[in-house]
Amino acid sequence: MHARSKFLIGSGIIVTTLLVLAYVGFTQSKTYYHTITELSTLQGSALHQRMRVSGNVQAGSIDHLTGRVDFVLTEQGRNLRVSYVGRDPLPDTFKDGAQALVEGKMMPDNRFVAEQVQAKCASKYEATPDGSPVSAPQTPGQTSNGTNARPSGY
Amino acid sequence: MDILGSVSLLLAFLAAVYALVAGIIGIITRRPLITKSARNAGMSVFVLLTIAAACLEYLFFSNDFSSAYVAEHSNRALPAYYKFAALWSGQEGSLVLWTFLLSMYAFLVLFLNRKKHPELMPYVGVVLAGTEIFFLTLNNFIATPFRMLANPDGAGVMRLASISDGHGMNALLQYPEMVIHPPMLYLGYTGFTVPFAFALAALLGRYPGEKWIHITRRWTMIAWCFQSVGVLLGAHWAYAVLGWGGYWAWDPVENAAILPWITGTAFLHSVMMQEKRGMMKVWNVWLVFVTFMLCILGTSLTRTGIVSSVHAFAQSSIGGWFFGFLVIIFIVCFAAYWKNRDYLRSDNQLDSLVSRESSFLFNNLVLLAACFAILWGTLFPVLSEWVQGSKISVGPPFFNKVTVPIALFLLLLTGVGPLLAWRKTSFDALRRNFAWPLGGGIVAGIIAFVFGFRDVYSLVCLILGVFVTLTIASEFYRGARVISARDGSNIFTAVGELTMRNTRRYGGYVVHFGMVLIFIGIAGIPFNKDLQKEMGIGDTLKIGPYTILCQNFDAVNNANYESERATLEVFKEGKSVMMLYPERRFYLASQVTDTKVAVQSSPLHDLYIVYAGRSPEGGKPVIHAYLQPLVKWIWFGGIVLVLGTLLALLPNRKAVLVLRPATENSWKDAISATTTAIGAVARRSDARADAHD
Repeated sequence: MHARSKFLIGSGIIVTTLLVLAYVGFTQSKTYYHTITELSTLQGSALHQRMRVSGNVQAGSIDHLTGRVDFVLTEQGRNLRVSYVGRDPLPDTFKDGAQALVEGKMMPDNRFVAEQVQAKCASKYEATPDGSPVSAPQTPGQTSNGTNARPSGY
Repeated sequence: MDILGSVSLLLAFLAAVYALVAGIIGIITRRPLITKSARNAGMSVFVLLTIAAACLEYLFFSNDFSSAYVAEHSNRALPAYYKFAALWSGQEGSLVLWTFLLSMYAFLVLFLNRKKHPELMPYVGVVLAGTEIFFLTLNNFIATPFRMLANPDGAGVMRLASISDGHGMNALLQYPEMVIHPPMLYLGYTGFTVPFAFALAALLGRYPGEKWIHITRRWTMIAWCFQSVGVLLGAHWAYAVLGWGGYWAWDPVENAAILPWITGTAFLHSVMMQEKRGMMKVWNVWLVFVTFMLCILGTSLTRTGIVSSVHAFAQSSIGGWFFGFLVIIFIVCFAAYWKNRDYLRSDNQLDSLVSRESSFLFNNLVLLAACFAILWGTLFPVLSEWVQGSKISVGPPFFNKVTVPIALFLLLLTGVGPLLAWRKTSFDALRRNFAWPLGGGIVAGIIAFVFGFRDVYSLVCLILGVFVTLTIASEFYRGARVISARDGSNIFTAVGELTMRNTRRYGGYVVHFGMVLIFIGIAGIPFNKDLQKEMGIGDTLKIGPYTILCQNFDAVNNANYESERATLEVFKEGKSVMMLYPERRFYLASQVTDTKVAVQSSPLHDLYIVYAGRSPEGGKPVIHAYLQPLVKWIWFGGIVLVLGTLLALLPNRKAVLVLRPATENSWKDAISATTTAIGAVARRSDARADAHD
């Protein structure tokens, strides 16, 4: 057999193995991103997948309980009840009105159980000398989203 | 200063446009004067950008908060070295840094080659100018760093406004490494423009042979080295600052930096195939094209929000420009390739599966597979939204499943490849070269297994690591033995002599050894331990061999931040060994809280302690302790890698023939009598060194 065809067979084996591994890794870790509005339209197996949902933390909804933190995310008038059950303390940016991204699963009682929460504080405002507010342009590097996210502006 | 800066940026843009147009005219009309003027314009871009960058730095150091960029990224209390680094802490400024470093490379390339390669350099100048034009377009018209804050007054006339203090630098970036990490990474990204420019130029100008590879070898290695340092510094920063106990999370930003590094590594190896055997010409040209495109993609990924939009955070309009530029690069590269593809015919075929050639082919195959998998995983949210309409992201398990086996296979090739002969290797030679190193690796594996090293991947990694180290050591030993037998020097002098005679080969081995150290460090991951506990004063926590006693909590405040700090005493076997001070800082200007990790590092393991905040229920401080084996090996491996690259950049020392002491008396006679013989020996030893490259 020619060296060339031996090489091609070897490559074929390597590539096939990698494809199988990639497929397994993919099914284990794929996470769907949904908006709160979309959640109500999901049916069947789509409801039980691992997913990420983002929204704003409803003012006054944060409730510290033993072993979990409950709060409500809102987006375009729709609400989602979330229970955070992760081990890590919530990020400092997580407060009323903050933009938050939660990762976890939907429960049958329409409650979202989150294992991870990332949060970004609402846009910063700074008064100018004559008193009119100048919105600070939010560059990507200025987002502080939780403990394990990194700035992306550089 | 803002006006001088703006004008310099605009002039730099015009100079780059002139360099491109005049360069093309020079190539068509073949008038040396026009070509020379295009080159001067290309070099002037660097001078103008230096002025622009200096102006921006001046605005930072003079606390000029009427500049929007300064107001957003600095504040009065920021220490001076962070004010310096604030230049690249945001979108606009970091793009200026990109263009500045690119123009620096362009300047050096044009200046150092001003009297060389008259057929090739005009094309190189045109490609470099084209790239500069794109980034200068962004600097001038899309993301200008010199925008001033202005407000309308009563009559509706805009007046310059200045705020009393800036918003401050992003808290996460206030760490010493942030002063050098971005420039290092950008020197890598921009550095790959040089081999790209030469490859495209050689193709467009049908420049003969492998010359472009010889010219760019050192440039590619420099870019590769900076990219490696940039990636490692980024990993170290993530480890020391973000406080989640790891250094790599397959975040899009990290992936963006590792992708060109992977293809660059593949390129550094596959060019040897072209130099020695005239194979893989098409492949090499495309590898360097792809590396450059990945550099541009990487730069865009971190700042356009295409991918991080999965987090629904960063948004920017700059993405379209980058996408357009990538399309243009691809069209130009493909057109150049299609028109001149006959010029890239391969001279040779693969002779045997067990040969240096095939080890390089496998090396390239799996590197490209890793690159493709990482790219696919990074862009998957975007792709799935286009195809299916729903955004799906993949996490670390996907990346680890694919890349860990690839990494181990590459480690195997690192040991096997350099010892295989070109064309064909006999079974006897295999046994002679590999029996001892492989035996050593297996013995090390058995010992580690007995001591509880039970993770499969880590065990394989350890065995291969020892195997590769032994093959490298045996290469040095065998070469040095020949030299020491010939000139009677001791073995250590001989190792030095050997290395200096073929810096590329032995420097490469040192780089390989650095990679082994990094791999061993990564193999420690399965043995990580961590523990989280609410701790009051006097409470203790046990992790591994350490007992941590909480001594005190206090506050450390200054003009830049307020901080809560824990004072922890660490005991080992009943004895107090150290004090650690993890902190939690609240930055006043940006109103952001950030953790300051306390790390006690040793070659065996790191004790890594995070003050995670106060518990939601009791308000008690939460301490998160990690015990992470072998992490230090990664950073040490990085240093070895840099030293190896520097070694490989040195010119070779010519072999000097010294006769043995016994014949020293007749030294002069011998010289005169055997000049021809010496010449023959020298030629043969050179040929030998080449054959083993």
